Amino acid sequence: MQLNIVEQDEIVKIEVQEERMDAHNSGDLKEQMLQLFDEGKYNLIINLSAVRFVDSSGLGALVSGFKNASAREGSLKLCCLQPQVRSMFELTRLHRVFEIFATIEEAVDSF
Amino acid sequence: MKQIEVNITVPNQTKYLCMIGKIGESLAHTLNNYHGDREELAYHLNLVLTEALSNAICHANACDPTKEVRVSISASDKNLKICVFDQGKGFDIQHLAKMKVNETAEGGRGIQIIFKLMDRVEYLRKGSGNVLEMTKRLH
Repeated sequence: MQLNIVEQDEIVKIEVQEERMDAHNSGDLKEQMLQLFDEGKYNLIINLSAVRFVDSSGLGALVSGFKNASAREGSLKLCCLQPQVRSMFELTRLHRVFEIFATIEEAVDSF
Repeated sequence: MKQIEVNITVPNQTKYLCMIGKIGESLAHTLNNYHGDREELAYHLNLVLTEALSNAICHANACDPTKEVRVSISASDKNLKICVFDQGKGFDIQHLAKMKVNETAEGGRGIQIIFKLMDRVEYLRKGSGNVLEMTKRLH
């Protein structure tokens, strides 16, 4: 999975540069987030602007990151969801779990 | 009368999820006499195929690279039927469908998504494996 990772102050911005997040590639995101947690970086923003499709495995990877960040008193926030990706969060009711922002700037300002 | 029938067999590897999902998307855009939201149907067929196939590959076939998964899609004017054949021992689909998934659980949503998006779902023993049969009404 292609990920663009940029650190800004205490926040790590991860841009998923893939059209799909599914059982084939979402494990890569999960592993990358675990590596960041091991380095003491607990405040993450996942930018999903390029993602057109996400399945239950992709959602599971994001939930894993959310739980691990929360357990370390950090946060995992999402931004820039395409409408059909947003609908997946609503279908699975995960929109009630995650903080979801329209833009990366709004997500950064929320910390 | 049947409009379209697609049969494809792939090795038991997740790298084929994208290809099979895209067949579902293309199908939604080429169905005759469908008057609903084609973009939504395309996403849903991609999703159902991806979930069913990854379930067959990772769970039913236990990620065994020597196994295969067969997918059959048939569409008439009224219904769309997707069958995913695995070579595994099978599982209790009704239990998975009814299982309460905690909001922050990492897994367990795949089968429930299929039940939400399709009108009829059955998992049956077939030969030495199983078939997940999913039907959606188009009108």
